[in-house]
Amino acid sequence: MSETKFTNDHEWAQLEGDVVTVGITEYAQAQLGDIVYIELPDIGRTVDLYEESAVVESVKAAGDLKSPISGEIFEINDVLNDEPELVNQDPEGEGWFYKIRLEEPEEFAKLQDRATYDAFVESLA
Amino acid sequence: MTDLTTALTELHIENGAKMVPFAGYSMPVQYPLGVLKEHLHTRSKAGLFDVSHMGQAMLTGKDATTTLEALIPIDVENLEIGEQRYGFFTNENGGIEDDLMVSRWENGLMVVVNAACKDQDFAYLQANLLGDTRLTLMPERALIALQGPAAKDVMARLGHDLSEMKFMHCRALTLSGADCLISRSGYTGEDGFEISVHNDDALALAKTLQADEDCEWIGLGARDSLRLEGGMCLYGHDLNADTTPIEAALNWAISPARRKGGAREGGFIGAEIILEQMPTNITRKRVGLKPKGRAPIREHTQLFDGDDVESAKEIGVVTSGGFSPSLGQPIAMGYVSKQNAKLGTTVYANVRGKLLALEISKTDFVANNFYR
Repeated sequence: MSETKFTNDHEWAQLEGDVVTVGITEYAQAQLGDIVYIELPDIGRTVDLYEESAVVESVKAAGDLKSPISGEIFEINDVLNDEPELVNQDPEGEGWFYKIRLEEPEEFAKLQDRATYDAFVESLA
Repeated sequence: MTDLTTALTELHIENGAKMVPFAGYSMPVQYPLGVLKEHLHTRSKAGLFDVSHMGQAMLTGKDATTTLEALIPIDVENLEIGEQRYGFFTNENGGIEDDLMVSRWENGLMVVVNAACKDQDFAYLQANLLGDTRLTLMPERALIALQGPAAKDVMARLGHDLSEMKFMHCRALTLSGADCLISRSGYTGEDGFEISVHNDDALALAKTLQADEDCEWIGLGARDSLRLEGGMCLYGHDLNADTTPIEAALNWAISPARRKGGAREGGFIGAEIILEQMPTNITRKRVGLKPKGRAPIREHTQLFDGDDVESAKEIGVVTSGGFSPSLGQPIAMGYVSKQNAKLGTTVYANVRGKLLALEISKTDFVANNFYR
Protein backbone atom coordinates (compact mmCIF):
# COMPACT_ATOMS: atom_id res chain seq x y z
CA MET A 1 0.00 0.00 0.00
CA SER A 2 1.57 3.24 -1.09
CA GLU A 3 0.60 6.89 -0.90
CA THR A 4 1.81 9.72 -3.15
CA LYS A 5 2.01 13.35 -2.10
CA PHE A 6 3.19 16.56 -3.73
CA THR A 7 4.89 19.93 -3.25
CA ASN A 8 4.12 23.34 -4.75
CA ASP A 9 7.50 23.03 -6.50
CA HIS A 10 6.12 20.08 -8.49
CA GLU A 11 7.97 17.24 -6.81
CA TRP A 12 6.21 14.05 -5.85
CA ALA A 13 7.02 11.69 -2.97
CA GLN A 14 5.65 8.18 -2.76
CA LEU A 15 5.71 6.44 0.61
CA GLU A 16 5.79 2.64 0.84
CA GLY A 17 6.66 1.26 4.27
CA ASP A 18 9.41 3.63 5.40
CA VAL A 19 10.80 4.19 1.88
CA VAL A 20 10.05 7.40 0.00
CA THR A 21 10.58 7.54 -3.78
CA VAL A 22 11.05 11.05 -5.18
CA GLY A 23 10.56 12.58 -8.63
CA ILE A 24 9.07 15.51 -10.54
CA THR A 25 5.46 15.75 -11.65
CA GLU A 26 3.79 15.59 -15.05
CA TYR A 27 3.28 19.36 -14.87
CA ALA A 28 7.00 19.95 -14.17
CA GLN A 29 8.18 17.79 -17.07
CA ALA A 30 5.73 19.51 -19.44
CA GLN A 31 7.00 22.93 -18.36
CA LEU A 32 10.65 21.93 -18.79
CA GLY A 33 10.17 20.40 -22.23
CA ASP A 34 12.55 17.83 -23.70
CA ILE A 35 14.83 16.71 -20.87
CA VAL A 36 18.41 15.98 -21.94
CA TYR A 37 20.31 15.53 -18.68
CA ILE A 38 19.66 14.66 -15.06
CA GLU A 39 22.29 15.17 -12.38
CA LEU A 40 21.40 12.71 -9.65
CA PRO A 41 22.73 12.92 -6.09
CA ASP A 42 25.38 10.47 -4.91
CA ILE A 43 24.18 7.43 -3.01
CA GLY A 44 24.80 7.98 0.69
CA ARG A 45 24.29 11.72 0.52
CA THR A 46 22.20 13.18 3.31
CA VAL A 47 19.87 15.96 2.27
CA ASP A 48 17.95 18.51 4.29
CA LEU A 49 14.30 19.22 3.70
CA TYR A 50 13.92 21.22 0.45
CA GLU A 51 17.65 21.07 -0.24
CA GLU A 52 18.50 21.07 -3.95
CA SER A 53 19.25 17.41 -4.50
CA ALA A 54 19.14 16.95 -8.29
CA VAL A 55 19.39 19.07 -11.43
CA VAL A 56 17.15 18.65 -14.46
CA GLU A 57 18.35 20.12 -17.75
CA SER A 58 16.04 20.45 -20.72
CA VAL A 59 16.69 21.88 -24.15
CA LYS A 60 15.29 25.10 -22.77
CA ALA A 61 16.43 25.46 -19.18
CA ALA A 62 17.88 23.98 -16.02
CA GLY A 63 15.74 23.29 -12.98
CA ASP A 64 16.37 21.94 -9.48
CA LEU A 65 14.65 19.20 -7.60
CA LYS A 66 14.26 20.26 -3.97
CA SER A 67 14.02 17.23 -1.74
CA PRO A 68 10.49 16.95 -0.33
CA ILE A 69 11.85 14.67 2.40
CA SER A 70 15.08 14.87 4.41
CA GLY A 71 17.39 11.95 5.09
CA GLU A 72 19.96 9.68 3.51
CA ILE A 73 19.60 8.78 -0.16
CA PHE A 74 20.13 5.02 -0.50
CA GLU A 75 19.18 4.36 -4.12
CA ILE A 76 19.20 6.39 -7.32
CA ASN A 77 17.57 5.72 -10.68
CA ASP A 78 20.81 5.64 -12.65
CA VAL A 79 18.98 4.59 -15.83
CA LEU A 80 18.31 8.34 -16.11
CA ASN A 81 22.01 8.90 -16.81
CA ASP A 82 21.51 7.33 -20.22
CA GLU A 83 17.79 7.87 -20.70
CA PRO A 84 16.86 11.23 -19.19
CA GLU A 85 13.85 11.31 -21.53
CA LEU A 86 12.16 8.75 -19.25
CA VAL A 87 11.27 11.71 -17.05
CA ASN A 88 9.28 13.21 -19.94
CA GLN A 89 7.69 9.89 -20.82
CA ASP A 90 6.78 8.61 -17.37
CA PRO A 91 7.56 11.23 -14.70
CA GLU A 92 5.67 9.52 -11.90
CA GLY A 93 6.80 6.03 -12.82
CA GLU A 94 10.01 4.98 -14.58
CA GLY A 95 11.27 8.56 -14.35
CA TRP A 96 11.74 8.47 -10.56
CA PHE A 97 14.91 10.13 -9.22
CA TYR A 98 15.93 8.57 -5.90
CA LYS A 99 14.83 6.74 -2.78
CA ILE A 100 15.24 7.97 0.73
CA ARG A 101 14.34 6.44 4.12
CA LEU A 102 11.67 8.36 5.99
CA GLU A 103 12.96 9.50 9.37
CA GLU A 104 10.55 12.33 10.10
CA PRO A 105 6.98 11.13 9.33
CA GLU A 106 5.81 14.70 9.95
CA GLU A 107 7.52 15.79 6.74
CA PHE A 108 5.46 13.40 4.63
CA ALA A 109 2.28 14.18 6.51
CA LYS A 110 2.66 17.90 5.68
CA LEU A 111 2.89 17.38 1.89
CA GLN A 112 -0.23 17.92 -0.26
CA ASP A 113 -2.46 15.10 -1.37
CA ARG A 114 -3.20 14.67 -5.07
CA ALA A 115 -6.53 16.52 -5.05
CA THR A 116 -4.94 19.59 -3.41
CA TYR A 117 -1.98 19.51 -5.79
CA ASP A 118 -4.20 19.08 -8.85
CA ALA A 119 -6.24 22.10 -7.75
CA PHE A 120 -3.01 24.07 -7.34
CA VAL A 121 -1.84 23.15 -10.86
CA GLU A 122 -5.29 24.05 -12.17
CA SER A 123 -4.90 27.50 -10.60
CA LEU A 124 -1.64 28.06 -12.53
CA ALA A 125 -3.30 27.65 -15.93
CA MET B 1 4.74 48.16 -21.07
CA THR B 2 2.83 45.88 -23.39
CA ASP B 3 4.90 43.68 -25.64
CA LEU B 4 4.78 44.56 -29.33
CA THR B 5 3.15 42.14 -31.74
CA THR B 6 3.87 41.13 -35.33
CA ALA B 7 1.47 40.55 -38.19
CA LEU B 8 1.59 36.86 -37.26
CA THR B 9 1.14 36.99 -33.47
CA GLU B 10 -2.46 35.80 -33.57
CA LEU B 11 -1.58 33.00 -35.96
CA HIS B 12 1.11 31.77 -33.54
CA ILE B 13 -1.39 31.71 -30.68
CA GLU B 14 -3.89 29.92 -32.91
CA ASN B 15 -1.15 27.36 -33.64
CA GLY B 16 -0.67 26.73 -29.93
CA ALA B 17 2.62 28.61 -29.52
CA LYS B 18 3.97 29.41 -26.11
CA MET B 19 4.61 33.15 -26.28
CA VAL B 20 7.37 34.90 -24.35
CA PRO B 21 8.66 38.46 -24.18
CA PHE B 22 11.70 38.90 -26.41
CA ALA B 23 13.39 42.18 -27.39
CA GLY B 24 10.21 44.11 -26.60
CA TYR B 25 7.99 41.74 -28.59
CA SER B 26 5.76 38.85 -27.70
CA MET B 27 7.31 36.00 -29.69
CA PRO B 28 6.76 32.23 -29.96
CA VAL B 29 9.43 30.29 -28.03
CA GLN B 30 7.99 26.93 -29.04
CA TYR B 31 4.96 25.30 -30.62
CA PRO B 32 3.21 22.08 -29.54
CA LEU B 33 5.86 20.05 -31.42
CA GLY B 34 8.49 21.12 -28.85
CA VAL B 35 12.04 22.44 -29.24
CA LEU B 36 13.71 19.09 -29.98
CA LYS B 37 11.33 18.04 -32.77
CA GLU B 38 11.12 21.56 -34.20
CA HIS B 39 14.90 21.57 -34.45
CA LEU B 40 15.10 18.17 -36.15
CA HIS B 41 12.25 19.04 -38.49
CA THR B 42 14.18 22.09 -39.72
CA ARG B 43 17.24 19.93 -40.36
CA SER B 44 15.23 17.31 -42.28
CA LYS B 45 12.36 19.23 -43.95
CA ALA B 46 11.52 22.93 -43.60
CA GLY B 47 10.91 25.25 -40.68
CA LEU B 48 8.97 28.51 -40.68
CA PHE B 49 10.15 31.31 -38.41
CA ASP B 50 8.51 34.63 -37.71
CA VAL B 51 11.45 37.04 -37.50
CA SER B 52 9.35 40.16 -38.06
CA HIS B 53 10.77 41.64 -34.86
CA MET B 54 14.06 42.19 -36.65
CA GLY B 55 14.75 45.66 -38.05
CA GLN B 56 14.42 46.20 -41.81
CA ALA B 57 15.42 49.46 -43.48
CA MET B 58 16.49 50.83 -46.86
CA LEU B 59 19.35 53.22 -47.54
CA THR B 60 18.87 55.18 -50.75
CA GLY B 61 20.82 57.86 -52.60
CA LYS B 62 24.11 57.87 -54.50
CA ASP B 63 26.06 58.19 -51.23
CA ALA B 64 24.42 55.21 -49.52
CA THR B 65 27.40 52.98 -50.30
CA THR B 66 29.89 55.43 -48.80
CA THR B 67 27.66 55.87 -45.76
CA LEU B 68 27.60 52.17 -45.03
CA GLU B 69 31.28 51.57 -45.81
CA ALA B 70 32.20 54.15 -43.13
CA LEU B 71 30.37 52.07 -40.52
CA ILE B 72 30.98 48.42 -41.47
CA PRO B 73 34.14 46.58 -42.65
CA ILE B 74 32.40 45.25 -45.73
CA ASP B 75 32.98 45.80 -49.45
CA VAL B 76 29.66 47.47 -50.23
CA GLU B 77 30.96 49.14 -53.38
CA ASN B 78 31.29 45.83 -55.20
CA LEU B 79 28.07 44.42 -53.82
CA GLU B 80 26.05 43.90 -56.97
CA ILE B 81 22.29 44.19 -57.28
CA GLY B 82 20.91 40.85 -56.12
CA GLU B 83 23.74 40.12 -53.69
CA GLN B 84 23.79 40.03 -49.90
CA ARG B 85 26.58 40.11 -47.30
CA TYR B 86 26.93 39.59 -43.56
CA GLY B 87 28.55 42.40 -41.58
CA PHE B 88 28.59 44.34 -38.33
CA PHE B 89 28.67 47.88 -36.99
CA THR B 90 31.99 48.43 -35.24
CA ASN B 91 32.91 50.95 -32.54
CA GLU B 92 36.02 53.03 -31.71
CA ASN B 93 37.50 50.14 -29.70
CA GLY B 94 37.01 47.67 -32.52
CA GLY B 95 34.05 46.12 -30.70
CA ILE B 96 30.82 45.04 -32.37
CA GLU B 97 27.69 47.15 -31.85
CA ASP B 98 25.43 44.79 -33.79
CA ASP B 99 25.62 42.31 -36.65
CA LEU B 100 23.53 42.67 -39.78
CA MET B 101 22.74 41.59 -43.31
CA VAL B 102 23.09 44.04 -46.18
CA SER B 103 21.76 43.47 -49.69
CA ARG B 104 21.67 45.64 -52.80
CA TRP B 105 18.44 46.26 -54.69
CA GLU B 106 17.73 48.47 -57.69
CA ASN B 107 16.55 51.26 -55.41
CA GLY B 108 19.14 51.00 -52.65
CA LEU B 109 20.77 49.00 -49.88
CA MET B 110 18.59 47.01 -47.54
CA VAL B 111 19.82 46.28 -44.02
CA VAL B 112 18.37 43.77 -41.58
CA VAL B 113 19.48 44.14 -37.96
CA ASN B 114 18.75 42.47 -34.62
CA ALA B 115 15.47 43.28 -32.88
CA ALA B 116 17.08 44.21 -29.58
CA CYS B 117 19.47 46.67 -31.28
CA LYS B 118 17.29 48.12 -34.01
CA ASP B 119 16.31 51.43 -32.38
CA GLN B 120 19.94 52.12 -31.52
CA ASP B 121 21.18 50.96 -34.94
CA PHE B 122 18.73 53.09 -36.90
CA ALA B 123 19.43 56.19 -34.77
CA TYR B 124 23.15 55.59 -35.36
CA LEU B 125 22.66 55.21 -39.11
CA GLN B 126 20.46 58.32 -39.21
CA ALA B 127 23.13 60.33 -37.37
CA ASN B 128 25.83 59.17 -39.79
CA LEU B 129 24.15 59.58 -43.17
CA LEU B 130 26.51 61.07 -45.74
CA GLY B 131 25.59 63.36 -48.65
CA ASP B 132 22.20 62.63 -50.13
CA THR B 133 21.69 59.30 -48.31
CA ARG B 134 18.24 58.67 -46.91
CA LEU B 135 17.25 56.06 -44.35
CA THR B 136 13.76 54.63 -44.68
CA LEU B 137 12.60 52.27 -41.96
CA MET B 138 10.33 49.43 -43.03
CA PRO B 139 8.15 48.64 -39.99
CA GLU B 140 5.31 47.93 -42.42
CA ARG B 141 7.07 44.74 -43.48
CA ALA B 142 7.06 41.33 -41.82
CA LEU B 143 9.95 38.89 -42.18
CA ILE B 144 9.43 35.14 -42.47
CA ALA B 145 12.33 32.69 -42.63
CA LEU B 146 11.82 29.39 -44.44
CA GLN B 147 14.75 27.14 -43.54
CA GLY B 148 15.72 23.56 -44.26
CA PRO B 149 16.62 21.19 -47.08
CA ALA B 150 13.02 21.22 -48.38
CA ALA B 151 12.80 25.05 -48.45
CA LYS B 152 13.44 25.18 -52.19
CA ASP B 153 10.77 22.51 -52.80
CA VAL B 154 8.28 24.62 -50.87
CA MET B 155 9.18 27.57 -53.11
CA ALA B 156 8.80 25.37 -56.18
CA ARG B 157 5.31 24.38 -55.09
CA LEU B 158 4.50 28.11 -54.89
CA GLY B 159 5.55 28.41 -58.51
CA HIS B 160 9.16 29.53 -58.22
CA ASP B 161 12.01 27.28 -59.23
CA LEU B 162 14.83 28.84 -57.21
CA SER B 163 17.10 25.80 -57.33
CA GLU B 164 19.78 27.77 -59.20
CA MET B 165 19.58 30.83 -56.95
CA LYS B 166 22.81 31.00 -54.92
CA PHE B 167 23.33 31.40 -51.19
CA MET B 168 23.45 35.10 -50.18
CA HIS B 169 21.63 36.26 -53.29
CA CYS B 170 18.33 38.11 -53.32
CA ARG B 171 15.50 38.98 -55.66
CA ALA B 172 11.99 40.42 -55.73
CA LEU B 173 9.18 38.03 -56.61
CA THR B 174 5.49 37.40 -56.11
CA LEU B 175 4.56 34.63 -53.68
CA SER B 176 0.88 33.63 -53.63
CA GLY B 177 -0.10 37.06 -54.84
CA ALA B 178 2.13 39.08 -52.49
CA ASP B 179 5.14 41.17 -53.54
CA CYS B 180 8.11 39.81 -51.63
CA LEU B 181 11.80 40.59 -51.24
CA ILE B 182 13.55 37.31 -50.71
CA SER B 183 17.12 36.29 -49.99
CA ARG B 184 18.65 32.85 -50.00
CA SER B 185 20.02 32.99 -46.46
CA GLY B 186 19.05 32.53 -42.85
CA TYR B 187 20.53 31.78 -39.50
CA THR B 188 20.14 28.06 -38.99
CA GLY B 189 23.02 26.63 -41.01
CA GLU B 190 20.47 25.25 -43.47
CA ASP B 191 19.64 26.18 -47.01
CA GLY B 192 16.63 28.46 -47.07
CA PHE B 193 15.09 31.84 -47.64
CA GLU B 194 14.17 34.96 -45.76
CA ILE B 195 10.99 36.53 -47.08
CA SER B 196 10.21 40.20 -46.49
CA VAL B 197 6.54 40.89 -47.12
CA HIS B 198 4.11 43.71 -46.36
CA ASN B 199 2.27 43.24 -43.06
CA ASP B 200 -1.06 43.32 -44.94
CA ASP B 201 -0.03 40.26 -46.97
CA ALA B 202 1.97 38.44 -44.30
CA LEU B 203 -0.86 36.48 -42.71
CA ALA B 204 -2.16 35.09 -46.00
CA LEU B 205 1.36 34.14 -47.09
CA ALA B 206 2.11 32.54 -43.72
CA LYS B 207 -1.06 30.47 -44.00
CA THR B 208 -0.09 29.35 -47.49
CA LEU B 209 3.36 28.35 -46.28
CA GLN B 210 2.11 26.51 -43.18
CA ALA B 211 -0.27 24.53 -45.38
CA ASP B 212 2.71 22.98 -47.17
CA GLU B 213 3.25 19.42 -46.00
CA ASP B 214 6.97 19.98 -45.39
CA CYS B 215 6.55 23.08 -43.19
CA GLU B 216 6.29 23.36 -39.43
CA TRP B 217 6.45 26.51 -37.33
CA ILE B 218 9.65 26.84 -35.31
CA GLY B 219 10.05 28.96 -32.17
CA LEU B 220 12.91 30.90 -30.65
CA GLY B 221 14.03 27.87 -28.64
CA ALA B 222 14.92 25.79 -31.70
CA ARG B 223 16.14 28.88 -33.54
CA ASP B 224 18.77 29.19 -30.83
CA SER B 225 19.84 25.53 -30.89
CA LEU B 226 19.95 25.56 -34.72
CA ARG B 227 22.21 28.60 -34.93
CA LEU B 228 24.42 27.27 -32.12
CA GLU B 229 24.89 23.97 -33.97
CA GLY B 230 25.68 25.99 -37.10
CA GLY B 231 28.39 27.90 -35.21
CA MET B 232 26.65 31.24 -35.65
CA CYS B 233 26.98 34.06 -33.15
CA LEU B 234 24.08 35.54 -31.24
CA TYR B 235 24.52 39.26 -30.62
CA GLY B 236 24.45 40.19 -26.93
CA HIS B 237 25.78 36.74 -26.05
CA ASP B 238 28.64 35.69 -28.34
CA LEU B 239 29.22 39.19 -29.67
CA ASN B 240 29.11 42.53 -27.88
CA ALA B 241 30.60 46.03 -27.78
CA ASP B 242 33.74 44.71 -26.02
CA THR B 243 34.43 41.93 -28.53
CA THR B 244 36.25 42.53 -31.79
CA PRO B 245 35.41 40.58 -34.94
CA ILE B 246 38.90 39.04 -34.85
CA GLU B 247 38.42 37.76 -31.30
CA ALA B 248 35.05 36.46 -32.49
CA ALA B 249 36.78 34.55 -35.34
CA LEU B 250 34.78 36.49 -37.91
CA ASN B 251 37.84 37.38 -40.03
CA TRP B 252 36.09 35.83 -43.05
CA ALA B 253 33.41 38.52 -42.88
CA ILE B 254 35.88 41.38 -43.27
CA SER B 255 36.04 41.97 -47.01
CA PRO B 256 39.50 41.74 -48.63
CA ALA B 257 38.99 45.26 -50.05
CA ARG B 258 38.81 46.66 -46.51
CA ARG B 259 41.79 44.74 -45.10
CA LYS B 260 45.42 45.86 -45.00
CA GLY B 261 46.60 46.26 -48.56
CA GLY B 262 43.04 46.18 -49.88
CA ALA B 263 41.60 48.61 -52.45
CA ARG B 264 39.86 50.65 -49.73
CA GLU B 265 41.85 49.62 -46.68
CA GLY B 266 40.29 50.58 -43.33
CA GLY B 267 38.00 53.58 -43.38
CA PHE B 268 35.49 52.10 -40.91
CA ILE B 269 35.13 52.85 -37.21
CA GLY B 270 37.75 51.01 -35.17
CA ALA B 271 39.67 49.93 -38.29
CA GLU B 272 43.12 50.54 -36.75
CA ILE B 273 42.49 48.13 -33.90
CA ILE B 274 40.69 45.52 -35.98
CA LEU B 275 43.19 45.44 -38.86
CA GLU B 276 46.11 45.37 -36.41
CA GLN B 277 44.57 42.26 -34.82
CA MET B 278 44.29 40.43 -38.14
CA PRO B 279 44.82 37.60 -38.61
CA THR B 280 45.39 36.42 -35.01
CA ASN B 281 47.08 39.17 -33.03
CA ILE B 282 44.67 38.67 -30.14
CA THR B 283 44.73 37.31 -26.59
CA ARG B 284 41.39 35.49 -26.62
CA LYS B 285 39.36 33.80 -29.26
CA ARG B 286 35.89 32.40 -29.85
CA VAL B 287 35.90 28.61 -30.05
CA GLY B 288 33.50 25.70 -30.16
CA LEU B 289 33.29 23.62 -26.99
CA LYS B 290 32.26 19.98 -26.82
CA PRO B 291 31.49 18.82 -23.28
CA LYS B 292 32.84 15.30 -22.75
CA GLY B 293 29.99 14.37 -20.42
CA ARG B 294 26.25 14.66 -20.84
CA ALA B 295 25.66 17.81 -18.79
CA PRO B 296 24.83 20.90 -20.85
CA ILE B 297 27.16 23.78 -19.98
CA ARG B 298 25.35 27.10 -20.09
CA GLU B 299 26.16 30.71 -20.85
CA HIS B 300 28.34 32.55 -18.28
CA THR B 301 29.99 29.33 -17.02
CA GLN B 302 33.67 30.01 -16.24
CA LEU B 303 36.35 27.94 -17.96
CA PHE B 304 39.62 26.75 -16.43
CA ASP B 305 42.86 25.22 -17.68
CA GLY B 306 42.88 22.27 -15.29
CA ASP B 307 40.64 20.10 -13.13
CA ASP B 308 42.31 20.86 -9.83
CA VAL B 309 40.17 23.45 -8.09
CA GLU B 310 43.15 24.80 -6.11
CA SER B 311 45.56 25.39 -8.97
CA ALA B 312 43.41 25.78 -12.09
CA LYS B 313 43.58 29.15 -13.78
CA GLU B 314 40.53 30.85 -15.24
CA ILE B 315 41.01 31.08 -18.99
CA GLY B 316 37.63 31.90 -20.44
CA VAL B 317 33.87 31.84 -20.35
CA VAL B 318 30.98 30.13 -22.13
CA THR B 319 28.81 32.56 -24.13
CA SER B 320 26.24 30.10 -25.54
CA GLY B 321 25.59 26.58 -24.39
CA GLY B 322 22.93 23.96 -24.68
CA PHE B 323 22.05 20.64 -26.17
CA SER B 324 22.49 19.69 -29.80
CA PRO B 325 19.45 17.72 -30.96
CA SER B 326 21.28 16.66 -34.15
CA LEU B 327 24.31 15.26 -32.32
CA GLY B 328 22.44 14.12 -29.20
CA GLN B 329 25.00 15.71 -26.95
CA PRO B 330 25.67 19.05 -25.29
CA ILE B 331 27.52 21.76 -27.25
CA ALA B 332 28.70 25.26 -26.43
CA MET B 333 30.74 28.17 -27.67
CA GLY B 334 32.74 30.68 -25.76
CA TYR B 335 35.96 32.63 -25.47
CA VAL B 336 39.26 31.21 -24.24
CA SER B 337 42.76 32.63 -24.05
CA LYS B 338 44.65 32.11 -27.28
CA GLN B 339 47.08 29.56 -25.81
CA ASN B 340 44.13 27.33 -24.89
CA ALA B 341 42.27 27.81 -28.18
CA LYS B 342 43.91 25.05 -30.22
CA LEU B 343 41.55 22.38 -31.55
CA GLY B 344 41.55 19.32 -29.32
CA THR B 345 42.69 21.14 -26.16
CA THR B 346 40.86 20.10 -23.01
CA VAL B 347 39.48 22.85 -20.80
CA TYR B 348 37.27 22.61 -17.72
CA ALA B 349 33.98 24.25 -16.83
CA ASN B 350 32.92 24.99 -13.30
CA VAL B 351 29.41 23.55 -13.12
CA ARG B 352 27.83 23.64 -9.67
CA GLY B 353 31.25 23.32 -8.06
CA LYS B 354 32.46 20.43 -10.23
CA LEU B 355 35.06 20.89 -12.96
CA LEU B 356 33.78 19.18 -16.11
CA ALA B 357 35.97 18.54 -19.17
CA LEU B 358 35.28 20.05 -22.59
CA GLU B 359 37.20 19.78 -25.82
CA ILE B 360 37.95 22.80 -27.99
CA SER B 361 36.29 22.10 -31.33
CA LYS B 362 35.28 23.83 -34.52
CA THR B 363 32.44 26.29 -34.04
CA ASP B 364 30.23 24.65 -36.66
CA PHE B 365 29.11 21.45 -34.96
CA VAL B 366 26.84 20.49 -37.83
CA ALA B 367 28.09 21.10 -41.38
CA ASN B 368 26.38 24.05 -43.03
CA ASN B 369 24.07 23.09 -45.85
CA PHE B 370 24.14 26.25 -47.99
CA TYR B 371 23.58 26.25 -51.74
CA ARG B 372 26.66 28.03 -53.06
